[in-house]
This record gives sequence, structure tokens and C-alpha cells, in this order.
Amino acid sequence: MRVNYWSISSSGIALILAIPLFVVVANIFVPAGEVWQHLAETVLRDYVVNSLLLMVGVAIISLTLGVGTAWLVSMTEFPGRRVFEWALLLPMAIPAYIIAYTYTGMLDFAGPVQTTLRELTGWGYGDYWFPEVRSLEGAAIMLALVLYPYIYLLARAAFLSQSLCVLEVSRSLGNGPWRTFFSVGLPLARPAIAAGLSLVLMETLADYGTVQYFGVDTFTTGIFRTWYGLDNAPAAAQLAAILLLFVVVLVTLERYSRRQARYHDSGRGKSSLTRLPLHGWGRLSATLFCLATLLFGFLLPAGQLGLWAIDTYEEMIDQRFATLVFHTLELAVLASLLALITALLLNYARRLQPNRTVRFAVRAAGMGYAIPGTVIAVGVVIPFGWFDNTLDSWMREQFDISTGLLLSGTLAALLFAYLVRFLAVSLHAVESGLERITPSMDEAARAMGERPAAILGRIHIPMLKGSLITALLLVFVDVLKELPATLILRPFNFNTLAVRAYELAADERLADAASAALAIVIAGLIPVILLSRSLSQSREEKK
Amino acid sequence: MSLIHRSILLLLGLGLSAQTAAAPELNLYSARNEALIQPLLERFTEQTGIKVNLVTGKADALLKRLKSEGRNSPADLLLTTDAGRLHRAVEAGVTQPFSSELLDKVVPANYRDPQGHWVGLSVRSRPILYVKGKVEPSELSSYEALSDAKWKGRICIRSSSNIYNQSLIASMIAANGEAETEKWAKGLVANLALPPKGGDRDQIKAAASGQCDIAIANTYYLAGMLNSSESDQVDAASKMAVFWPNQNGRGAHVNISGAAITRSSKNPGAAVKLLEFLVSEASQQWYAEVNGEYPVRAGVAVGDILKGWGEFKADTLNLGQLGELNAEAVMLMDRAGWR
Repeated sequence: MRVNYWSISSSGIALILAIPLFVVVANIFVPAGEVWQHLAETVLRDYVVNSLLLMVGVAIISLTLGVGTAWLVSMTEFPGRRVFEWALLLPMAIPAYIIAYTYTGMLDFAGPVQTTLRELTGWGYGDYWFPEVRSLEGAAIMLALVLYPYIYLLARAAFLSQSLCVLEVSRSLGNGPWRTFFSVGLPLARPAIAAGLSLVLMETLADYGTVQYFGVDTFTTGIFRTWYGLDNAPAAAQLAAILLLFVVVLVTLERYSRRQARYHDSGRGKSSLTRLPLHGWGRLSATLFCLATLLFGFLLPAGQLGLWAIDTYEEMIDQRFATLVFHTLELAVLASLLALITALLLNYARRLQPNRTVRFAVRAAGMGYAIPGTVIAVGVVIPFGWFDNTLDSWMREQFDISTGLLLSGTLAALLFAYLVRFLAVSLHAVESGLERITPSMDEAARAMGERPAAILGRIHIPMLKGSLITALLLVFVDVLKELPATLILRPFNFNTLAVRAYELAADERLADAASAALAIVIAGLIPVILLSRSLSQSREEKK
Repeated sequence: MSLIHRSILLLLGLGLSAQTAAAPELNLYSARNEALIQPLLERFTEQTGIKVNLVTGKADALLKRLKSEGRNSPADLLLTTDAGRLHRAVEAGVTQPFSSELLDKVVPANYRDPQGHWVGLSVRSRPILYVKGKVEPSELSSYEALSDAKWKGRICIRSSSNIYNQSLIASMIAANGEAETEKWAKGLVANLALPPKGGDRDQIKAAASGQCDIAIANTYYLAGMLNSSESDQVDAASKMAVFWPNQNGRGAHVNISGAAITRSSKNPGAAVKLLEFLVSEASQQWYAEVNGEYPVRAGVAVGDILKGWGEFKADTLNLGQLGELNAEAVMLMDRAGWR
């Protein structure tokens, strides 16, 4: 009976969280008129091809950066490693559209780099070739630069927690560091890397700000063009439903590909692995690789924001600014805690009851990450409005009293949307941690008569500490940056840093937007550094 | 009545009485961003004692919220930055007609809804901007003439996903018909110097730095660049001049920012008061000064930058038409390959 309780409550929660997605998918049955024929004849092909190319590009770049740097800092020794360990997470704190704006400002034809180049050489327009920032390739680079930390983070945690015996064995068998990486380290870390990559790809699909600014027509820009431009909300929702289907296929493929593999570790025999000291070229290139990643992902864009902010902060940091910071942090703290608790509950229920219903429910609850925030927000607005108005009508009939809107336009609605949108992040983080704990522990504990809740509290949570902190802080940073759902759902007179930064940037006042954008980055730095320290400590403790 | 029913009633009664006891307030859903509306709202509160609560966002999303909230929506007003969205709000049935002698008197009829559901608050013009010295004003005449092959590779304009381009095309469909406009759009696309990307300021920068000779952009962006604290923006904008097209015909294309009063508004009287305040001379001057938009009422003094661009004849099309023709315009641009 106890087991049933877990399964029912988790399915119930997952179902509620999936409501916005159902609202989107339900539009499949609404006739959208002749617009589909128009889309198919004109722009649909571009949407699909561009989205696919963008995903491939982001995947290649972010895997190279994320896995490469994670392996270097966790397994080898080279100058700067201790700093890179945490600093490589920093790009995560920069919203994608902000990095897109800053690089455009720097590298565009009219920007300082090319202008200087022309002044030095006397060239004019058309006389020379320069990579175009605002292109599909550019968008892939921008997104990868701020998204690779998801892979870095999960891969590094996996590398650090890998049973060091296995790696020692590989090395003692005469495998060099590269061989060990490709034949042991990488396969063992695969669930974590896959989890990181799927977050990156989902975020890529949901991106609107960057691709829209770069003039790259993707599926997501298509959704908004169909909604805003053609004023055809059903067709837009149908496009979103297709996007969702796409993600389902992606996730299923990934799970199918490793259906047989189980990577548990016994939790024993963790002695400290001596980091492999690098020499000569290897040493230099390791430092340069990490430095370049950090430079392009963080130092340059943050530096540009800093320069802009110096020019404008006096005007931009007014009395309201403190309120903005407070609101932003308030939302991020509440949402990340909520997501953590929900993710833990759902994942553990799935571990206890790996039946189809629970698995499906958990999967559905984690789909929101690939859906543009605006679409999620609409999926929240509609059912909440319906609930409020239905209750109101009923109360009016029964008691001649109006209850008005109880949920719509409240912080609760906004937090719910965050949960729908970002649960995937905490689900993945908790899952990849939980997967590494061998089920034999649960069995042993149960054999000794412990109940599931006690096992969770006394065995899993302590062992999962690292993953739980990761889950908490990832959502925290995501909520700091979140814009579209916040825009639609927030209560009156309630603004966040992201809203402020966006409003000014959308008005093409980049320099004015810099103070708020920089504040997001700084607010994100603290959790990012904490996160990294907790990861390093998890390794130290095991020594 | 059961005990439970009575206690629910009591609880709700407490909550409701607390709400109704408050001073008069207005709730505003605004697609105009905070920086460009809040200062005016504060002045309004100072003058009238009516507090105004604000949520900003994208017009279509705010409209969705308004629709879902239904008759219980707290919003009294919806403020948008284009006429098409106001038209959509009317179509969606979430607005109510209002009448004000003052508004009727000072706001020209084509900037008001014929059924009285919305009113324009500021005028945003979208003329042709050209690089001084590279283009002579005598070479320019109308939007229509920009499809001429002599402009090949010389024009910059942003993506067709942008509402201002959609409105421009809608106004051309209204004037010239769909087939003619589609032909024209294909010609324009063939003349573009760059694939459309970025915003209006980016088009101006591209022209100023030599990538094209002509940019189509809203004038308040040019004003914003001229007033910018960054010297490169000022330099770029200084290289450009404004040409008012179609002066011998229907006039240059304009859009408005405007507002509607919601059907759920509990305080339409106060809402009208706010609208009247927003078209007062002082508010209109503020729009012109702070954001370089044109006043919606005649006879308001504008700053030196706007004065320098001269007076112009604006298209007198009723702007509700822009909303009606918007979807048609987007599909036309899709077919013309205008990204």
C-alpha cells in the first residue's frame, strides 16, 4: 500500500505539471484554417532545416567544450586548473540573448572590431571577408557558449564520482590518458553527458531571443510569427505540439540507445586518483583550451557589459533597482526549492515503482524545458483563468458572491510556470545522481525493514547531496535569466532584472540594458561558485 | 446553509471588503515598456490621486491573459504600440466602447476606432532614411519606387516578423491591392543589401557604415541614436537624413501607440481620465521629447530633432485597417521570400 501512495502522488503531481503541455497539444484538434498549406508552401521547410542544423551545431560545439574541459579539470593537472574548475561554469549566468547582443555589438560590420580593421587597412564594404555573427553558425556558437556548462557540470560530476579503481585499472593496463578517456571515462559518464546534452538541446529548441535577433528562422520563431503575425493561435500551438513531439522522439532515442546499460557504482574503493600531470604542449594546450572557452563564453561578453554599464549605470541604477534584485532572488529561491522537492519525489517514485504509468508521468512532467516560455505561459494562463472563472461563476450562483481571480495574476501562477518549464533541469540532475546509486543498497535497507521514506531520507539524500545542490542551483540560475513566462504571468508592479534588461535591449538600448544584465550575471555568479565548490568538496571528502 | 458554506462566505466577505475599501485604482496592461510609460503614470497619480498599477509585456501575450481572465480580469486598460493589436483586442471582444468629447476633439479621426473602442496616443512614422551624400533626395519619391532595379543591393530593412514592416505592407495592400504589393515586395527583396536581421537601429548603423544607402526605420530610433550617450551611435545617426515618401499621394506610413478600455474594467470613468491625461499637451510633449515620437494632437511643440526633419503628410488610412490586413501582409511577405 505504501508503494501505491508513492506512485499515485507522483503521477498526480506529474499530471498537474503536464496540464500546460496538454493545453498546447489539445490544439491539434482545433481547425487552423488554410494556414498550414501556406506554411508548407513557403516557410515550413526552412523552420525545420534551420532548427535541425542549429541543434547539430550546438551539440558539436557544446560537447567539445563541455566534455573536453570537464575531463581536463577533473583528471589532469595543468596551470590554472583550480581556477578553471569553477570559472568554467560562469557563462551559465549570461542569458543567451544578452551574449548575442554583446557579440553583435562587438563584431558586427558597424562594430568596433571591423571599424578598426577598416581604418587600419583602408578597406571598404565588400573588400574583405569577416565571419558574420548574425547567422545560423553564429547563433549555434552563441548558444553553445552559454549552454556548454550544463554538460561540463554533469560530466565533471560524473568523472569525479567515477570509481577511481576502474580508471586506475585502465591505466595500470597500460592505457594512456586518451585511451582511458575514450574507452573507460567517457562511456561511464555517458548518462550524465547525455542528460547534459539533452538539456542543452531542449534549451536550444526553446530559444527565441537569439535566433530572432540573428534573423535565423527556426521552429520557435515560426511559432511566434504564426501567432503574432498571422494571428493564428491554434496553428501556432500546433507548431508547438510538433516541437514537443520532436523532443519526445529525441529523449526516447537517447534512452533506447542505452537501454541495456546500467551504470551503478558500488560506492566502495574510492581512493584518490592522482591527477595526471600534463607536460609540454599538452600542458599549454590544456590551459589555452580552457582559457579560450572562458574568454569567449564569459570574459569578453561580461567585459563588454561592464564597459557599457560604466557609461550608463548612474541613470539606470535607481531606487527601483533594489526591488528588482529582491524580486528576482525571491522568485529564484522559491522556484528552485519547489523544483528540487518535486524532482526528488518524482525520481524516487520512479525508482520505487518503475512501472509504465509513473515513467510516463515523470517524462511528461519534464517536457516543458523544450517549449518556449511564452507557450508554457499561455498553457498556464488558460487553465488558471478557466479554473478561476468557473469557481467564480459557481460561487456567484450559490452565494451571489464573486471570488474573482484567485490564481491568475498571482505569484503562484508564475511559480507554477517556472516549475513546468524548469523541472527537467532538476529531474535530470537528481536522476543522474540517483542512477549511480546501486539498487542493491535499497534492497539491503528494505531487507532490514526500512520504509521507502526512511531510505530516501537516510541513505539517498545524504549520498545525493552533490546532485541535489546541482539541481537547486541550476534552476536558481535559470529562473534568474527567465524572461517570457515572467513577462506574461507576473502580478502588477512586479518586475525582475531580466524584464528590465529585456525591455531596454528590445528597445535597442544595449548600453542601458547592461546594468540589469550585469546584475543577473553577478547574482548568478554566487550560486555558480557555490556549486563548483560543493562539487570539488564531494571529491575531497572521499579521499 | 451549512456551516461550511457560511464560513466560506465569511472568509470571502472579509477578503472582498478589504479590497473594496481601497482608494480608486487603475490597472494597466501595457505593451509599451516601463521606462516609456511609468513616468507619465506617476504624474497622473500626482494630479488625480488615482494609483495606476502596471504590467508590461508583449501585446499578444497580454491579450491572451486578458482573454483567459475573462470578466474577472483586473485590467482596466490595454496599451499597445501598434494599431493592429488594438484591432485584435476589439475582435476578441475584450474591449468596451467609450466616449470623451476631449478625445474626439484632439485626436484625428483616423487615429481613433470608428466604433470608439480605442484611441491613439502617439504617432510613429516609418519613412525612408538615406545616407547623406550617397543619395540625393531627388532620387527618392515613394515606397513603391524602391522596387526599382537602380536600388539593387542598396536597401536595408529588418525582418518581416517585425510588426512595423507588417503594418507598412498592410497599408500598401490597402492602397495598391494585394497582387501589386506582392510584386513590389519581390522587387524590394531583390534590392536588399543584406539578409534582414537585427532591429531598426541596426539598419541605420549598417547604412551609416557603408553596407547600404537606404534604411527603412521608425524615426524615433533615429532620434534615440542622436540622443544616445554612445558616440558611435550619434556618429552613425548623423550620417543619415529623413525622406518623407509618398508626399504627392497618400502620405508617409504611420502607426500609433494607443489604448483600449477593457470590457471587464470596473472603473471606465477613471480609465477615460487617464486617456485624456495621456493626450494632454504636457504628456504629448513628453512622448516627443523622451522617445522621439510624434504627438497625436496637432499644435504640440516638438523638440529640435523632430523639427529638423520637417513637417510631413501622413497616410490617412484608418489604422484599424492595419489590423485587418496584418495576416494577409505576413503571408504576402512569406511568398515574396522576405525573411
